[in-house]
Amino acid sequence: MFDFVSFIPRAIVQGIPLLLGSTGETLTEKSGNLNLGIPGIMYVGAISGVIGAFFYEQSAVEMNGFLAVSIPLLCSLLGSGLMGLLYCFLTVTLRANQNVTGLALTTFGVGFGNFFGGSLIKLAGSEVPAIVLSATSSYFCASLPFAGKLGWFGSIFLSYGFLAYLAVVISLAAAYFLRHTRAGLHLRAVGESPATADAAGINVVRYKYGATVIGSMIAGLGGLYYIMDYTSGIWSSDAFGDRGWLAIALVIFTIWRPDVGVAASFLFGGLYILHMYIPSGMNLAIKEIYKMLPYVVTIAVLIISSMRNKRENQPPAGLGLPYFREER
Amino acid sequence: MGEQIPAVKLRNVTKTFGSITANSKVSLEIYRGEILSLLGENGSGKTTLMNMLSGIYFPDEGEIFIHGKEVVIRSPKDAFDLGIGMIHQHFKLVDVLTAAENIVLGLKGKLDLKAASEKIRAICDAYGFEVDPNQKVYDMSVSQKQTVEIVKVLYRGADILILDEPTAVLTPQETDKLFAVLRNMKADGKSIIIITHKLQEVLDISDRVAVLRKGEYIGDMATGQADAQKLTDMMVGRSVALNIQRPDAVDPKPRIEVKGLTVHSADGILKLDNVSFTANSGEILGVAGISGCGQKELLEAIAGLQPVDGGSIRFVSDDGTREELVGKDPLSIADMGVTLSFVPEDRLGMGLVGNMDLAGNMMLRSFRSGHSPFADRKGPHKLAEEVVEELEVVTPSIETPVRRLSGGNVQKVLVGREIASSPTVLLTAYAVRGLDINSSYTIYDLINRQKAAGVAVIYVGEDLDVLLELCDRILVLCGGKVSGIVSGRDADKREVGLMMTKLGGSADE
Amino acid sequence: MNNKTHTPLFHISKRGALPWYAAWAIRGGALILALLLCALVTTLVTGQNPIDVYITIFKGSFGSSRRAWVLFQNIAILLCVSLAVTPAFKMRFWNIGGEGQMLAGGLATAACMILLGGKLPGWLLIVIMVAASILAGAVWGGIPAVFKARWNTNETLFTLMMNYIATQLVAFFIIVWEVPKGAGQIGIINQSSEAGWLPVIGGQKYLLNITVAAVVCVAMHIYLSYTKHGYEISVVGESENTARYVGIKVERVIVRTMLLSGAVCGIAGMLLVAGTEHTLTTTITSGRGFTAVMVSWLAKFNPFMMIFTSFLIVFMERGAGQIATDYGLSQSFADILTGIILFCIIGSEFFITYQINFRHGAAKED
Repeated sequence: MFDFVSFIPRAIVQGIPLLLGSTGETLTEKSGNLNLGIPGIMYVGAISGVIGAFFYEQSAVEMNGFLAVSIPLLCSLLGSGLMGLLYCFLTVTLRANQNVTGLALTTFGVGFGNFFGGSLIKLAGSEVPAIVLSATSSYFCASLPFAGKLGWFGSIFLSYGFLAYLAVVISLAAAYFLRHTRAGLHLRAVGESPATADAAGINVVRYKYGATVIGSMIAGLGGLYYIMDYTSGIWSSDAFGDRGWLAIALVIFTIWRPDVGVAASFLFGGLYILHMYIPSGMNLAIKEIYKMLPYVVTIAVLIISSMRNKRENQPPAGLGLPYFREER
Repeated sequence: MGEQIPAVKLRNVTKTFGSITANSKVSLEIYRGEILSLLGENGSGKTTLMNMLSGIYFPDEGEIFIHGKEVVIRSPKDAFDLGIGMIHQHFKLVDVLTAAENIVLGLKGKLDLKAASEKIRAICDAYGFEVDPNQKVYDMSVSQKQTVEIVKVLYRGADILILDEPTAVLTPQETDKLFAVLRNMKADGKSIIIITHKLQEVLDISDRVAVLRKGEYIGDMATGQADAQKLTDMMVGRSVALNIQRPDAVDPKPRIEVKGLTVHSADGILKLDNVSFTANSGEILGVAGISGCGQKELLEAIAGLQPVDGGSIRFVSDDGTREELVGKDPLSIADMGVTLSFVPEDRLGMGLVGNMDLAGNMMLRSFRSGHSPFADRKGPHKLAEEVVEELEVVTPSIETPVRRLSGGNVQKVLVGREIASSPTVLLTAYAVRGLDINSSYTIYDLINRQKAAGVAVIYVGEDLDVLLELCDRILVLCGGKVSGIVSGRDADKREVGLMMTKLGGSADE
Repeated sequence: MNNKTHTPLFHISKRGALPWYAAWAIRGGALILALLLCALVTTLVTGQNPIDVYITIFKGSFGSSRRAWVLFQNIAILLCVSLAVTPAFKMRFWNIGGEGQMLAGGLATAACMILLGGKLPGWLLIVIMVAASILAGAVWGGIPAVFKARWNTNETLFTLMMNYIATQLVAFFIIVWEVPKGAGQIGIINQSSEAGWLPVIGGQKYLLNITVAAVVCVAMHIYLSYTKHGYEISVVGESENTARYVGIKVERVIVRTMLLSGAVCGIAGMLLVAGTEHTLTTTITSGRGFTAVMVSWLAKFNPFMMIFTSFLIVFMERGAGQIATDYGLSQSFADILTGIILFCIIGSEFFITYQINFRHGAAKED
């Protein structure tokens, strides 16, 4: 029998970093910026939080729960926000090519993360090539005290740290923002047709900056969650892997809808770990094929939506294109 | 209306773009509860004038008064604040958003689409529009999109509306509906300006008509006193002698036979309706018509670039054999041995590659020649040098990207390339648009030389004086239909002008 | 709205012609700025003075003849992939799937080596490997192109996803072919027989790879600048409308060009597997498919400029690696320096394309 009670929570914790990453990227893409720097930004979000937590753990005589959470959180937001700002400065203000800038940002971000991670490992003088921030992590991981007593219900719904719930709230809020607020409407117009938005008196540059920087911060939280909650505060080089690209895949899979992202990220998380639950006997190779699933379904969604050519399901029309008013 | 203060008053407004004067000392008034037609040929400065009212351009000279107060309009927002709204020919709508979302785009305050929808419905009820606030724009017909644009302007409280050729994209039924709505708005005290060049509409809808010609204000009159003849005279003016040469046709024989050609545009609008004519070798066939009457589709259909819904286009060889061109692409037409040259309207977007140099652009036609996998670059380079020398193209070098050249030189490069392949058929669209006098005469001369060489030339033009002096015969298009073919030597400008403007068959003859 | 919006302090407009030397002077200036920034960062991290930093970087790249050969081998592979993605970029087709196309080529090569090694004469095996890697790369590049041509499916996202499918496919076959069972890796393929190993020429292990890259470089330059295909690619990239007007079949050009782009990536994958590493791992490409996008773009799609840009990237990478080793830092230090260089050069393009006009006397108060 397939063990859902253990599978679902594991799928969800796998899905949360993807959810945050894809929500951030969706907001960014809705402004017409295809930010391929998201994998790098998630690394920076993670390492910035780790740096904050590391020095707080080192300096604090007695850990204060509020500070232990808010210092890494603010550091993470600051780090990933700055990355978003750099992306915008290059692509919006200096009108550089978005793909090239994004890839450069990813190179830089992943290097930044691994470099400072490595340096901290040295500073800590650790035996293993990893930083262990168990104390900070315990605050991030804290779930409701009675969750353990509620059997399967508790473990499926209540066993997560606060960032997981925050991720869901952010995604739903982002969906509400896009669909039901004036700023959200304006943002969609900017991504679809910056010239039209400009003519309607919407400040295109401001919206692009705002969406990209906030989107980067949200994606950065995905990195922070991965370290502080999923791995229980253990940073090791390259552990985050290619989840950033998977988050970009998720954006396509959810056809640019953050609320769909909640369920879809859990599905992706499930697909990501499905190989551990499929009885494959001695055939370990087949597990690698299962890991391919998230990408295959993403391509399928991309193809089907382009074939059906339904306008709501297409990427924002202005995606990837720079906007220069005098070039109309 | 006598002593009333005009809603809009323009005084001595002038606007120049570089050396071209788009408007020269234009004065104009419009009152509350009035529909004014602004009439003029293409390029007469109507749209430029209205763009200064709606804040897109800023006038070089002159004053603007709104309800008697002098104002400065620097941006579309300034115009909105003064209650001026303009509906452009190219709609500014976001396709994936609904009508209501588009209408409230850019406004401030909390987003309440329900309240907005109610307000939209109220506006629709008041004037007789039909808009579904929740319909997506990409699902809409052109006329629905136009309605959304009008409602958008009214939603923002505009009481002065400017419509730039609103009926150009509408069917006659849709036009009637639009006019009914405009009359309702007029009854509500709005001031409405319609830019148009269709006489029938002017007579149908407006209270007063003002005429512009070549950027100058010619005069106005109450519609009641106007008739098509008077307006045509004001619009086209007297014939101007241009002294373009017109050698006799050289042994004209049928070359292109078009029968019952029918074409719909990509969005399903009827662009050519049962068009039939014959173009002869050694002769220039002019095509006259107000812009957007199917000229572009006609040329592209012959060139194999436009899918055709019905009819035939036959190429007649010297020995009298006929070959069908419909359903063939440019390459297979060339493979048939038909050398067909085409100078399209969009020079840098279609005829040439702006970022390539002169030699690279010469290659566009010739790069396939020969069996080697390598493209011959010497031939085109030499051709570029020849074109530069013979047509006196002003360019820093052969290696200069063509987009850096001036309009006239760009056109010389394009025409030079197209005639270099010694065509049997030459299609040209607005070959002298935007060109100075000297360049224009160079082009006329080139076309005449092709005619002398026995080429069948189809010349789509907009300046009637030129068409009348250059062409042997003139085909007049109106709303996608042929309203007549006249001899260039005997035709009268006023006659052709009337044929151009009579509304798709419904006729005022 | 105040008057400020109407009289901005400066106004940005597109430049007319900027002579090529001025453009390259701007890029050169950006590069110098980037190198200064890199030295500054390194000094901050290591406490070394900047001159020593550059001595170390230089030593890392050219310190010994072995290092120099490794440097050139790395340049060769990166150059090969950069050249591969270039025709697609000239066509404005954003192929960021070089990674996957390389892996597909490498996988095909490894498959030939493992399955056919010892069963065929050596030369025939290599011919089959070459053909298989070209075919695999072309298929991997061709699939997104077909969908782009037929349904306008977004190629950036499609090729990106294809990378990970290729990675997982490689992971699958690694386990299928793992030696010994349970090791999770293939190890050196045909270690004793060396079947399918590309021959060593001139007594230098890497010389063949470098030669192939040089040949590809010249060939790509000729293809893009002198052939009919190359010309069609330029026209399609500049204006699809013009391409249709002169009878170029745009869809066919898209698919054909991506088949070529993928095929050359496949060759690069083969060079890596059969020429250098003699094994197959999921990370064998080490991000070159992505780096190639930047190399090609920085060189303005000029094959010969790519020799310089790929040299720059690899030189900094190797040099920074040396710094990391000398000072006990993480090897990722190289990525940070590469990132800084890229940002500076990417940013400098703005000043080549646009000019900033300051409004004189616009500073008046309102």
